[in-house]
Amino acid sequence: MPKANVTFADVSVTVSVPAGTRLIEISEKVGAGILYGCREGDCCTCLTKIVSGYEHLATPSVLEDQVLKDNLAPRHHRLACQAQVLGGNVVVKPA
Amino acid sequence: MPAKADQATEIAPGVHWIGALDPNLRSFDIILKTANGTTYNAYAVRGSEGVAIIDTVKACFADDFFRKLESVARYDEIRVIVLNHLEPDHTGALPELLRRAPQARLYISTRAKQMLKGLLHGDSLAFTPVTTGDSVSLGDRTLHFLNTPFLHWPDTQCTWLADAGILFSGDVFGCHFCDARLFNDAVGDFRFSFDYYYAHLMRPFRDRVLQALELIDALPVSLIAPAHGPILRDRPQHYVRRYRDLSISTLKNEAGDVKTLLVFYLSAYGNTRVMAEAVAAGAEEVGSAGSIRVSLFDLEVGEVSPFVDLIEEADGLVLGSPTINGDAVKPVWDLLSSLTAVGLRGKLGAAFGSYGWSGEAVGMIEDRLRGLKLRVPVKGVRAKLIPTEIELEACRALGRELALHLTGQAEERIIDMAALA
Repeated sequence: MPKANVTFADVSVTVSVPAGTRLIEISEKVGAGILYGCREGDCCTCLTKIVSGYEHLATPSVLEDQVLKDNLAPRHHRLACQAQVLGGNVVVKPA
Repeated sequence: MPAKADQATEIAPGVHWIGALDPNLRSFDIILKTANGTTYNAYAVRGSEGVAIIDTVKACFADDFFRKLESVARYDEIRVIVLNHLEPDHTGALPELLRRAPQARLYISTRAKQMLKGLLHGDSLAFTPVTTGDSVSLGDRTLHFLNTPFLHWPDTQCTWLADAGILFSGDVFGCHFCDARLFNDAVGDFRFSFDYYYAHLMRPFRDRVLQALELIDALPVSLIAPAHGPILRDRPQHYVRRYRDLSISTLKNEAGDVKTLLVFYLSAYGNTRVMAEAVAAGAEEVGSAGSIRVSLFDLEVGEVSPFVDLIEEADGLVLGSPTINGDAVKPVWDLLSSLTAVGLRGKLGAAFGSYGWSGEAVGMIEDRLRGLKLRVPVKGVRAKLIPTEIELEACRALGRELALHLTGQAEERIIDMAALA
């Protein structure tokens, strides 16, 4: 299975994950400071800055894109409960 | 002169208070005590091309609101409804207002959309999302919007009526204080209520408060019309300065740029205490160059409130608790349940503790720390009864690791997801 590396910059941890893994599946387990609210892409609490490797994430769904717009999310920010890692190296930190 | 139950009160030419008095309320949203009740302030602004309604009231006071509204405007004149904040105490009369004034357009912050859906449950809600820089004209006067999120909800905004110098501030600069004389220079002494309201609603978001004050400072405010409590017409800038003062640290951090780590512990037999001392000693090993300041506290004999002040200013927080009846001990929860009053996002957290049988406390504290938005990158240390030298070394290692994280020296770990299962 293709793998990807996700680095949680705020806790200096890199996790090797299978492609398709969502950030929410790993961030809490490594103690990263990304906070979750609804966990279903609605409340925007888990807004996360993609420091690098944005292109290695699956494209946001229409609903995620709308929530990002409604909440005035800056460029290269994603919802950690929705964003799936497809491959390569991705570095993230809490927004 | 006290406000009349069926008459709007003019607060400026063409601007009326159409809110409601709730003198018998003794508890607000469960978390706030209200010694003499509160008010739900709503306002009507008349322009040459229509009327704007700014906020409404709690549902059970809708009749008061409509009576006052009808004393200054017809429903078919209402073109604009502004909601500065969508909690039910400000939107209780909204469904009926929309029914009576179906031609009116709603103006809410961009983040309020989801709340509006939750309130009205409509599929095709007509509204205009607005942010700083947006405005709506009433003909000869214009309402300008200021995006002020998290004061105290994500959706909160303020509305500025430039020609009158009136800031409709929503919950900002509000307080739970009911006095029918309405204006700050006429009502009783509400200073305590003002500060108390800030402490419970705004303090967790004080960074956001300071950002909002940057927007508000630029305005020549002659009157602040909040959503609760007295209307601030006498020296409104005093209340803006008060918010700035309250948003500055309660305690002056003498450590300057030095990182601060607080170690709290509870200990029945001294076991968790020696673990706490080992955690502190480990952190100080890293901080020997003066880069970190470590403080150790016995939580059993401390007051919660000053500890909350300390934690608000600290960079890291470590909690040690024995496990009694499968749980961390009550003073730990008392402290943790008090921390929602301050901003914690991004601080470092960890836990440790001695136990006799099952030792759940450490994991429970770690979960709560994560829930409070702290980073918890280092797994806590548990010791069965009297900690061994190996376990005390694990505590020192915990302290060292935390100090390295605080000072930006932590080595990057690379792990496989399977190891996290």
